[in-house]
Formats: sequence, structure tokens, C-alpha cells
Amino acid sequence: MKILVPIKRVVDPYAKVRPSADGSGLDTAGLKFEINPFDEIAIEEAVRLRERNGDIEIIVLSIGTSESEEQLRKALAMGADRAILVETSEVYDSPSIADELAAQVNEIRPDLILMGKQATDDDANQAGQMLAALLDYPQATFASKLTVQGSVALVTRETDSGEECLELPLPAVITTDLRLNEPRYIALPGIIKARSKPLDRRPPTNAPKLRTRITRYELAPTRSAGVKVNSVDELYQALKSKGVV
Amino acid sequence: MARTLILAFEPSEAVSLTGFAAQLQQPFDVIFLTGQAPADIGAERVFVANLDQVAPADATAKGVLSLCEGYSHIASVSSMRSKDILARLASLLGGAMVTDVVSVESNTVYKRPILAGSVIATVEVLQTPVVLTVRPAGFSPVSGNDSASEAVTISSESVVTVVSQTSRGGLRPDLTRAKVIVSGGRPLKDSETFERIVGGLADRLGGAVGATRAAVDAGIAGNELQVGQTGKIVAPELYIAAGISGSTQHMAGIKDSKLIVAINKDPDAPIFQVADLGLVADLYDAVPALQALIGS
Ligand SMILES: Cc1cc2nc3c(=O)[nH]c(=O)nc-3n(C[C@H](O)[C@H](O)[C@H](O)COP(=O)(O)OP(=O)(O)OC[C@H]3O[C@@H](n4cnc5c(N)ncnc54)[C@H](O)[C@@H]3O)c2cc1C
Repeated sequence: MKILVPIKRVVDPYAKVRPSADGSGLDTAGLKFEINPFDEIAIEEAVRLRERNGDIEIIVLSIGTSESEEQLRKALAMGADRAILVETSEVYDSPSIADELAAQVNEIRPDLILMGKQATDDDANQAGQMLAALLDYPQATFASKLTVQGSVALVTRETDSGEECLELPLPAVITTDLRLNEPRYIALPGIIKARSKPLDRRPPTNAPKLRTRITRYELAPTRSAGVKVNSVDELYQALKSKGVV
Repeated sequence: MARTLILAFEPSEAVSLTGFAAQLQQPFDVIFLTGQAPADIGAERVFVANLDQVAPADATAKGVLSLCEGYSHIASVSSMRSKDILARLASLLGGAMVTDVVSVESNTVYKRPILAGSVIATVEVLQTPVVLTVRPAGFSPVSGNDSASEAVTISSESVVTVVSQTSRGGLRPDLTRAKVIVSGGRPLKDSETFERIVGGLADRLGGAVGATRAAVDAGIAGNELQVGQTGKIVAPELYIAAGISGSTQHMAGIKDSKLIVAINKDPDAPIFQVADLGLVADLYDAVPALQALIGS
């Protein structure tokens, strides 16, 4: 069985990112970059599936500049078998990422595509579902539990009101949510050791066809600190005077 | 072609999108996938599918595809379900997609938060149709006359089998529409304590209950209660945060609240930088005490 895990290099989700002075981009100078946390959960899940089921090849793939090699190497250290860098400096939106991934899937032919439900930079939450549509594969988004038996995946997924369990025939696209697992910690020596694993660089199949374009970035309005009250009584009086209790 | 279609998974979602639809300044129609149509939302055509249940995304996206023909804009309220289905639909339509729209600049330009709500991006749409998920908080509902409703059939044939479903709604108001929310974080220990302390105050206020990721991960609260960047986005009149540090990811979900109250025993907790009313106290004392005062 083959699992493809597409991953994205994103700015550290805990860093404060500001728009550039002219608002045309983001100022990420000096900030750390990581594997999108949801993609990291996808890699971890693929590795755990192999630990349970055996005989699984895990391929990680990233679309981006050569800088994404850093994240692919970390994925290899986590346990992926090989990596593919679709090397490009073009701007992509979610539909064009899905287009490129679909072209790659047609060549790689994985049985399962495991990917993050959203990237913590653009928060779009689109690529997995779009990829599933292009391939005409079933999808299970927001997965919190996954088992694979033969050519069937059993997925518990989080919903707006609780959860549901779906049975999907493979091949399928499954996107990960926070509760699926806690990714293992990889120390630097592990990443260096993974250097011997294959990393294949290739150009994109097609130039990206953008359906949307970001024209401006601005800082979101922030709330300012209000007042501190000294007791529960004072809090109650304040709430009462505002008419909310 | 300049026409909007609202996909309402739940009947009440149509009303929440009337303000958004009005800003596009073009006629709009609505499909009610489940439930009955409410009157007076100003839709030109009202389609009623009368599904008992919305089918998995592969089936529903395909099922509504032909109904989307001839529309330039297709919109739903932002939710896990709408993102699941509409992103698939956008791709089948060969269209563009904008998730979590918070403002309309023009029919092709929208604003949406990125990076856990810390930055607002202006997005230009380059392709028709465009599929949008919208956060209703920024749009006031408008009313108007509807036409009579027309029945439509949506096929729900899926290759996916729904094995089981758990809905934990209960009797409390829906988080995304609640006027009052009491939320709890990591220090709540276990689900009984959470329910007693946070649930107790929420019930006294007739409000909903929310939680942080830390509380959900620890099994203290259900996943449907997670508020934040990757959970629910809320906009109540009153948001009470008990034992919540105020991470960027959590703040992303509560920024539109009218009044934020923080109860935290650490005077330096970041939540105090955004709270309108802050109380430095142990939540185990303060929350029940507040509940008692409200009851009297
Ligand atoms: C990709 C990603 C997505 C995320 N998405 C979300 C999201 O959607 N929503 C979300 O909430 N988080 C999200 N997070 C997690 C977020 O970064 C924080 O870890 C989380 O919000 C912290 O939860 P907390 O405030 O309950 O816990 P903590 O940060 O541990 O804070 C607990 C607070 O309780 C106070 N406290 C302790 N005991 C008491 C007491 N007895 N009385 C009063 N106060 C007390 C402490 O002083 C502290 O301030 C995400 C993280 C990542 C990486």
C-alpha cells in the first residue's frame, strides 16, 4: 500500500506575523518555518498506520521553493520513505495546488492521500476536498481516528455537532484534525540521519492557474485591555450595569 | 448570470446570509437542504429539498451541482460541513473559492482573516463562479418578500457509508448563535468538573458552553465545543473565559464578542490584554460565586 502525504511549509504558527509596510505581502524575516501542524499530524498518522499494518510506502510531497526541503527532510526523519519536491517559486491558491497534486497522484498512484485539513498560514481549508473532487475519490475531512482494513478506511471525523464514523473505499482523501494524534518529536540528529533517504526534485506538471489572488494584507483590528475588577461582587455589578446579566 | 445561490444546510442559515446577499446587490435564490423554509428573507426563488439528513460530501456536492448552474455566487454559512462540501463543489464547478468571508468590498473582492485571525487578507476573485463560506457576524440580516417554494430533488448516492453519528447538541443554545457563552480551559480537570463549573454558570445565564483546544484534547470537553482558529468562531454579547490563557488561536474565535470577561488566576495571562472585564481569581471560587450572585 502507498500513502501520499502532501505537506506545506508554513511560518511558525506561534509567531507574530505582520504585513509588510506597503501591505503587498507578509513580513516573515527572521521567523521560523515549520511543517504545517495539520500536515505533521498526517505524516505521524501514516507512520502509525505502517507500524500497525506493515508494508506501507509513505511518500511526502511539497510544492514550493527549495526551502521546503527542510520540511521534507523532517518528514523523512519522522518516518516517510521518500520525498518529492515539486520545485516552483510561483504563487499558488488552493485550487491550483489541488490541480498539481492531482497530476502527481495520477503518476504516483497512492491508495490513500492523507493531508492537513487546513494550513495555519492561509487557513483556507480547501485543497483536500478539491483534490478529492478532481480525482473523483471519496473524502473524509477532519479525521480524529483512522483505521485501514484491506481496501477500506474507517474514519471517525469531527463534525459541527459531535462526530461521525464513515467507511470509505480506497483510494480516498482524508484530512486530519487536531485530535488524530500527537506527532512524535524529532531531534536534530534524526533529521541529519534521514539525509540518506531519497528526495526527488521535479518541476510542476503545469503552471498554476489562479482562481483567486491576494491583493492586500493588513493587521486585523485588535481589542484593547479593559478594566480589572477586584472581586466577584464588582464583576457582577459591572455585568449588571452593562445589562448582560 | 449575476445571481447568488444560498445553500442552507439548516433553515436558520438562510436568514443569517441575507445581509451578505444584499451587499452583492444582485438577486438571490436559496436552497433549503433540510427543514422548512422561513418566510420573508427576500429570495426570488426558494427551493426546498426536504432531506432527512445531508449526505456525505461526495454525494451532496454532486447532488447540488446541476442546481448551481447559472449562478455567479454560491454561498453558505461557514461551518465544518459547509467547508467539507463547498470546497468539493467549487472544484466540480471549476470555480474559485473564498472561505470565511468577513466583508464584501465588491462582487469580486472580499476580506477574510488568515494566520489565526491576526491578519486580514483582501482576496480578488479571478474566476466565475465563486463559492463562498461566510461568517455571518459581520452582516446584519435583512428581510423581504419570498416567492412560493419549489420542491427539488437532490440525489444522495454516495460511495461512503455512514456507520454512526453522534450529536451532542443537548438543550443548550448553538455556540455560533448564542448570546452568552461560558468557556473553560485546561485547568478544568475532567468533564464532570467542566460540566459543573462552566456548564453550571452557562445554564444560569441561558448560554452555551465553549472550550479551548487544550480542554478538548484532554477529554474535558467535546470537540464540537472548541472555539478558535480551527474550531468555532463565535460572536456573543457576553463571552466569559474561565481558566483560559488567551492564545492567538483561541482569540481568533472570540474577537467579535461584544463583551469579553476573563477569570484567570495569573495576573499576566495574555487574555487580560483583550478582556473588557478581568478578574484575577481562582476559577473554582469565582465562577460558582458569580453563578450564585446571578441566581439571587
Ligand atoms: C494548529 C493549531 C491550532 C489550534 N487551534 C486552536 C483553537 O481552535 N482553539 C484553541 O483554543 N486553541 C487552539 N490551539 C491551541 C492554542 O495554541 C493553546 O494551546 C490553547 O488555546 C491553550 O488552551 P488553554 O488556555 O485552555 O490552556 P493554557 O494555555 O494552559 O492556559 C490555562 C490558563 O488557566 C489559568 N489557570 C490555571 N488554573 C486556574 C485556576 N484554578 N483558576 C483560574 N485560572 C487558572 C492559567 O493561569 C492559564 O492562563 C491551536 C494550536 C495549534 C498549533
